[in-house]
Amino acid sequence: MTLTKGVFTGVHFWQGDIAVAEGALAAGCRFFAGYPITPASEVAERMSKRLPPIGGVAIQMEDEIGSMAAILGASWGGAKSMTATSGPGISLMLENIGLGMMTETPCVVINVMRGGPSTGLPTDWAQADIMQAKWGSHGDYGCIAVCPDSPQECFDLTVEAFNLSEQYRLPVFVLTDAAVGHMTERVLVPEDDKLDITPRRLTSKKPGEYRPYDYGKNLVPDGVIAGQGYNIHITGLTHDEKGYPVMTAEVQDKLVRRLNDKIRNNADKIVMLDEKNTENADVVVVSYGIAGRIVGPAIEMANKEGIKTGFLRMKTLWPFCEKRIRELSEKVNGFVVVEINYGQMALEVERCAGGKSKVLLQEHMGAGVPTTQQILEKIRKAAK
Amino acid sequence: MTTQTKEKPDTCEEIRHPIEKLLRMDRIPHIWCPGCGIGIVVNALGQAIADLQLDPKKIAIVSGIGCTGRVAGYVNLDSFHTTHGRAIPFATGLKLANPELTVIVVSGDGDLLAIGGNHFIHAARRNVDINVICVNNLIYGMTGGQVSPTTPVKGISSTTPYGSFEPPFNLPYLAMSSGAVYVTRYTALHVRRLKKSIRKSLSRKGFCFMEVVSPCPTVYSRRNRLGTGLDMMRYYHDNSIIKHGANPEEADISLGSKIIVGKFREVDKPTFTDMVESNLRHSVGKDEKAPKIDVSHSLNNKPRLKKKR
Amino acid sequence: MKKMWRRPLDSQDVKVPVGMVHIIQDRCKGCGFCIEYCPRSTLRESVKFNAKGYHYPELDKPDSCVNCGLCELICPEFAIFSTFCEEVPANGKGA
Repeated sequence: MTLTKGVFTGVHFWQGDIAVAEGALAAGCRFFAGYPITPASEVAERMSKRLPPIGGVAIQMEDEIGSMAAILGASWGGAKSMTATSGPGISLMLENIGLGMMTETPCVVINVMRGGPSTGLPTDWAQADIMQAKWGSHGDYGCIAVCPDSPQECFDLTVEAFNLSEQYRLPVFVLTDAAVGHMTERVLVPEDDKLDITPRRLTSKKPGEYRPYDYGKNLVPDGVIAGQGYNIHITGLTHDEKGYPVMTAEVQDKLVRRLNDKIRNNADKIVMLDEKNTENADVVVVSYGIAGRIVGPAIEMANKEGIKTGFLRMKTLWPFCEKRIRELSEKVNGFVVVEINYGQMALEVERCAGGKSKVLLQEHMGAGVPTTQQILEKIRKAAK
Repeated sequence: MTTQTKEKPDTCEEIRHPIEKLLRMDRIPHIWCPGCGIGIVVNALGQAIADLQLDPKKIAIVSGIGCTGRVAGYVNLDSFHTTHGRAIPFATGLKLANPELTVIVVSGDGDLLAIGGNHFIHAARRNVDINVICVNNLIYGMTGGQVSPTTPVKGISSTTPYGSFEPPFNLPYLAMSSGAVYVTRYTALHVRRLKKSIRKSLSRKGFCFMEVVSPCPTVYSRRNRLGTGLDMMRYYHDNSIIKHGANPEEADISLGSKIIVGKFREVDKPTFTDMVESNLRHSVGKDEKAPKIDVSHSLNNKPRLKKKR
Repeated sequence: MKKMWRRPLDSQDVKVPVGMVHIIQDRCKGCGFCIEYCPRSTLRESVKFNAKGYHYPELDKPDSCVNCGLCELICPEFAIFSTFCEEVPANGKGA
């Protein structure tokens, strides 16, 4: 029966948070460690309910820092692992997220974004943790973050997040928000054998031959798990291929470059976009998540007014769709970035547009969405 | 009978130090100072593992940041050098994902009890089945000698240049009140007792805590004018009182005081792994088969429907 | 060391192990633990020093090692250990 494999096949009426948890289970997640925080507690609650009957482990740790450390440990112990939190929790977890990036540990971190900064709006959404995912932890590291806009996408993109984390060996962010997380909609879960799951890249080399951070052309090393006799040494210090700390400029250059390039060079394969009428458009509305759900009427009205408006919805926020924005900036008059923050992805769009087209921001600070009129005004301005 | 030094071996075959089997010899010599007790702990740990004939494949060492945290880098087992203070939750995740592993946390007093204090008490409360060796040198050694939660009152450190004005933690007392099932304290001088204590800890279940009071000649002893490592060992020799079952409230360490060492507690309680498994049992109906912790499904997925992007 | 004033009855049968000390001179950092705590006072500090400038131990009483293993345990540098050679009768020799 599929439930023992964790896949809850069928048509459901689920909250985004529940869909995230189910997506994780379907992807093979068998370890969850979390800490309660509104609006992400439902993920922890669902995992605590669903994991034990299938032999998985769901624990509530003493804080978010412990949660992140525990999922890294569990990943090295052989489990696909996940934690779920919101903005304040990510702030706490950032040091260990950096450890996950440095040690190349596959795992998934859910951020159900809420109003910030600080305690902010615990029960209301915002989208202000986008830059935090990429730049929050100290140092330079490659980042992958996906952003669903509906409970169905919460399921699908969480499965995808696990796949990306295994393929590129790093913690992957799923940046939902309190609106999508608490929104209840139809979710279709396919049969177990119809799901696209990426298995962990385990080495075929024997102990003695294996080097934990040796890599090929794709810049991602093959992994191992503890307990198999490989006697690995995994450290957060700058390390060489053997995993031993070697703190020289040469090793630092090689390592940091690779940690970033393994995402940068593969951006084409990672970036997922949903585009409508962006070819031949004068104005392209760029959005994601809950903000992406509400731009429809404004775009329709703009098109009726004669402004050829297209819509680019980002399903991956990091790596940023640099290539596509650069291409579009040659052709369009302007971009309107609609987001529930004071301009985060707008900065990226502006950077990539390179001055070739206007970039206007329609911001909102949280607990609401920009009105259709506001967005329409901005589209009109961008068209001039 | 003649005894020989290594420069003139009796036979053609070179006899190696027995611990070398357990060490990453390509990283020896280690970075610890002359007179530091951390190497002694590595010896005791290595001999305990050899005595028990444990399968080295099934042992994992997790350490934090600091001088003692470097132990992970020198031991030839699956070793994890994690972030400051977070060795214990990392070890918790590792142990739960693979309960067959023997997980040993080796870290210092600052790492485990200051920044890691919260994780320490919760893991002890839960009775997570890990073995924690805390090398207590009463100072933050690696970063140059700052005050630690175990620095005695009036102890000079770089951040308490006029003497520490905070009461220190009493580690056996803290461990016991948090729920640890096996609590011992020895100094770096009590090598045989330490080795025996580690052997005991590795053979039993539950949160086992071993404190090792160790010299730090370079910062702690120097700043407090306590001499070299050897002077500290002589101090331990003259001032340690071996008293098993002592009242931990009386086991404070202050400048110039006696040091009570020995086994403070040894009890049996269900471990966290047992409790997680009992939760698994309770999560299914009475007629259904009780599941065991089994995360292997995570890695059993075969690639399907390879999408081309 | 005290000399026994009464010889044990089984002193003919008691056997004492004899050990060979191995000193890895270049690893030594001159802490002095082995010299101080060897129960047989087998070692002394050498006047020679190694490449790092530390005075490593050398044998003061070559025949006295009983392979107790304390030096191996107490050396933080993994620079000294003993191996078992043979057992000899105690012959009522002093403690």
